[in-house]
Amino acid sequence: MRSDSIAPRFGLRLGLLGGAALIAVALFFVLGVPAGAWAFALKFRVGKVVALILVAFAISASTQLFHVTTRNQILTPAIMGFDALYLMIQTGLVYSIGGMATLSIDPVAKFSAEVVAMMVFSTGLFLWLFTAKSRDLHLLVLVGIIFGALFRSLSNFAARMIDPNDFVVVQGEMFARFNAVNLDLLWISILLCAGTVPILWGMRHQFDVLSLGRETAINLGLRYKRVMLISFATIGLLVSVSTALVGPITFFGLLVTHLAYRFLPGARFGVTLIATTLVAIVTLVGGQAIFEHVLGFKGTLSVVIDMLGGLVFLTLLLKGAAK
Amino acid sequence: MKSLSLHMLLALAAIVAMAMLSLTIGAADMSISAVWRGQGDDTLILMASRVPRTLAIILTGISMAISGLIFQMLTRNKFVEPATAGTTESAGLGLLVAVFFLPSAPLIVKMTVAAVFAIAGTVLFLRILDRLPVHEPLLVPLVGLMLGGVIGAVGTFFAYQADLLQYLGIWTTGEFSGVLRGRYEILWITGILAALGYVFADRFSIMGMGKDVSVTLGLNYRGVMWVGLLIVSIISAVVVVTVGTIPFLGLIVPNIVSRMMGDNLRAAVPWAASLGAGLLLLCDILGRVVRAPYEIPIGTIFGVIGSAVFLYLLLGRQSHAIR
Repeated sequence: MRSDSIAPRFGLRLGLLGGAALIAVALFFVLGVPAGAWAFALKFRVGKVVALILVAFAISASTQLFHVTTRNQILTPAIMGFDALYLMIQTGLVYSIGGMATLSIDPVAKFSAEVVAMMVFSTGLFLWLFTAKSRDLHLLVLVGIIFGALFRSLSNFAARMIDPNDFVVVQGEMFARFNAVNLDLLWISILLCAGTVPILWGMRHQFDVLSLGRETAINLGLRYKRVMLISFATIGLLVSVSTALVGPITFFGLLVTHLAYRFLPGARFGVTLIATTLVAIVTLVGGQAIFEHVLGFKGTLSVVIDMLGGLVFLTLLLKGAAK
Repeated sequence: MKSLSLHMLLALAAIVAMAMLSLTIGAADMSISAVWRGQGDDTLILMASRVPRTLAIILTGISMAISGLIFQMLTRNKFVEPATAGTTESAGLGLLVAVFFLPSAPLIVKMTVAAVFAIAGTVLFLRILDRLPVHEPLLVPLVGLMLGGVIGAVGTFFAYQADLLQYLGIWTTGEFSGVLRGRYEILWITGILAALGYVFADRFSIMGMGKDVSVTLGLNYRGVMWVGLLIVSIISAVVVVTVGTIPFLGLIVPNIVSRMMGDNLRAAVPWAASLGAGLLLLCDILGRVVRAPYEIPIGTIFGVIGSAVFLYLLLGRQSHAIR
């Protein structure tokens, strides 16, 4: 193990988080299983747990990467119009070819096309703003948000124009749902997420340099534009995966990244990435286990998490974290 | 100056023409000539539906444009309006709370609750504003939009618990089709508040020069701040309760006007008022025509136009819109 990778003082904390994540996953499997239905429940829950772990990874990694690239820890890529674009693609498809035709497209092919569209959007936005205009990152994010508002209004508009029977096809995509994960897309999501791991891990030192700021990073020899491009493309990909699997969720990333930043203050990108993912798994899988199997609530976890994340954001702002 | 008043006259003529058009368009068959001949049904449609609707559009357009103008002076930021400051979402949350706890209360009581929430939300936004770095004007709407998202998430949580999710849609998309005689009169409050804004225009202009300058000039800074805050919050609450959200109207109108004539508020108010009313009339007519006899809500139509213009303002700004 190289001296830089995991500093000893974080080893224990990472171990603790890993243990908590394991317990969360175990709880998800054993809680509330009716007697004699073990085999069935196990089979049923494996897919779900894998999907939730993927979502946890996708959201936490994209948020952390977004914090590094924008050098601002109070933002989240979920507000950047990605989910709105995803929705618009769905509505646009139903509007142009009809609900039945949309349902009959091979889901994997459709999903691949959507991922490509979202990556083109994020990198295109980045390239366009950075080459033509100023390098103002806040402008970039704000433009992203307003594009999101535009996409949302356009899909509302299209939704008003389509047949109510067709609209049902779109409606299912509009809300975050942790209990009805889209399992058709599980394999391709696993592949896509696995594809980002070598990028995230292999470039972790470059992301550390990037977080020092544009000028410093360039002085230190970083190929700034290239790293930023890769990072925006990766964010686009990760957000598409999580949106496709469970739907839009805004403040979850903010919640888990800040919990991890608190728990491991001053850690490098790579260590923090492990920590945020573990925190996300604990929150998502553990929360879903308790909500679904103990409390019997089906869809409320996304709502609760969104609100908690939002409150974290508020306290951050009031403490002056934006300075 | 003479040509300016000529322009104003032309603008007013255009608004009157659109208002006339708005009176004659709608799902029900009705003609002005029949009203002239004294046919009861046609007169009823005109007086109970068309006239209230047209008046409501004009009042909403005027008051939201002026509240945006005032808000931008108070915060000294050209990208602030009720929808980018959490005010709209706070008013919506207030409405939800009122509907839940006082379901049978008259509209004016619900509006008051919404107004109290809107005021609290705006105060919260201004407190956060104090903690943001001054030299980053684009961070302000960014944080405001996130704050709106947080309050929206709290609203969703509350609505979910109280089984009021369907009610959320009522205030999230602005719509004039429900406006009838007896259900819009509350909007006259916004007319009064807009007039009050005109009376205070010079004081708001001074405020736009910053706290130090305005205190030196003898302005009661805190007092005027509160007047502006109350005007903006109550207008938002009334509009949210009666019509719903119309995003970015209060943002794009003042920006267009201030490009035309600078930051003299007293001169800008009449222009903002007519531009706001004219734009809304145009969008509402569009929404009624595109898919007649069905309607597309104005919030959707204006969402498309408003976000497109906002994007143009952001990307086309040449250091002008920043301060």
